[in-house]
Amino acid sequence: MRRFLLPALLALALPAIAVPALAADAKEYTLTLRKNRFVPAQLTVPANTKVKLIIVNEDSTPEEFESHELNREKIVMGKGKITVWVGPLKPGRYPFFGEFHMDTAQGVLIAK
Amino acid sequence: MLGNLLLVFREVLEAALIISIVAAATRGVPTRGLWIGAGIALGLVGAAVVAAFAGAIGDSMSGMGQEWFNAGVLLAAVVMISWHVVWMARHSRELSMQMKAVGTAVSQGSRPMTALLVVVALAVLREGSEVVLFGYGLMASGASMASLVGGGLIGLALGVAVGLALYFGLLKIPVRHFFSATNALLVLLAAGLASSAAGKLVQADVLPTLVDPLWDSSWLLTDESVVGNMMHVLVGYTAQPSGMQLVFYAATVVLLLIGMRLSGAPAPAKAAQSPAPRALA
Repeated sequence: MRRFLLPALLALALPAIAVPALAADAKEYTLTLRKNRFVPAQLTVPANTKVKLIIVNEDSTPEEFESHELNREKIVMGKGKITVWVGPLKPGRYPFFGEFHMDTAQGVLIAK
Repeated sequence: MLGNLLLVFREVLEAALIISIVAAATRGVPTRGLWIGAGIALGLVGAAVVAAFAGAIGDSMSGMGQEWFNAGVLLAAVVMISWHVVWMARHSRELSMQMKAVGTAVSQGSRPMTALLVVVALAVLREGSEVVLFGYGLMASGASMASLVGGGLIGLALGVAVGLALYFGLLKIPVRHFFSATNALLVLLAAGLASSAAGKLVQADVLPTLVDPLWDSSWLLTDESVVGNMMHVLVGYTAQPSGMQLVFYAATVVLLLIGMRLSGAPAPAKAAQSPAPRALA
């Protein structure tokens, strides 16, 4: 059974190693977390192209940037900064939120 | 308080469902309580450690350390489940004929209980580290202890209750089909975890999406609903999966089915008269 499992798992793992990073010259946008809110709460980005989101947490407590529509989930520590690649997106609205402060940390990405 | 409750509930629910499936799959193993308990304990310690180093983990790998780490944890769980499922396929006949056989196999040290211990520990670690960070943030921002502990405990209790409901529901499956059912659940669980890992690697920008999204079934079942959440854990449901996630999902299912069939195939002399493939879940 082992002799079968190993190739199976390798097959799963290999693409991760083989495919090089895809983003070279994407546009960069910054979202700031301030007092558990996203600033700006509405961000317009170009559609049909890869976009680099920088999320800067000015608060001292951790937050989790999350969006079901964008299929993204990433923790940003207090006073920390993360990069989240999104897209290419079809034109439309993509809500996102901070999972640790859902009552205030709400925002939407608009792809045009 | 409701926010605390919901967050803790969601995280606990995911771990609790996985633990329930493992508990059901190890039915008849006399020491399973110890194994599962040890898995939970290790997971809790791991969760605290991961939370403490979350900043360092996130900053590694050119800022994509979180994605790599999560993908690694998810794929490790897939490997462990695979190991167990394939082992079970080999022994499914004895198991369904006589529950006792499982216990015997464990005492002989042949059943990979360590694999399931790791599965439980990784599930608790993954979900627990988020709860720790969340709780830390609340405490640091001066939220009242009552709201924090109250919401947390109710969320924990609700999550555990759903896990127990699943467990006792599974116990109602007739013994004849029991291990086929738990094995099938483990295969789907592994496939869902593999799909999540693909999602992390896509997020880290090391894998292409292929198609994004492949479909959108959020009109039917949203990811944020409790049922959507449960289906996410149990069968890997995502309302808007990418093509790469489906590739990982399907590859896991297919490879495990082949692995189970091959491992079940070399029939022990006694069972030679039965040509039916008994390995498939």
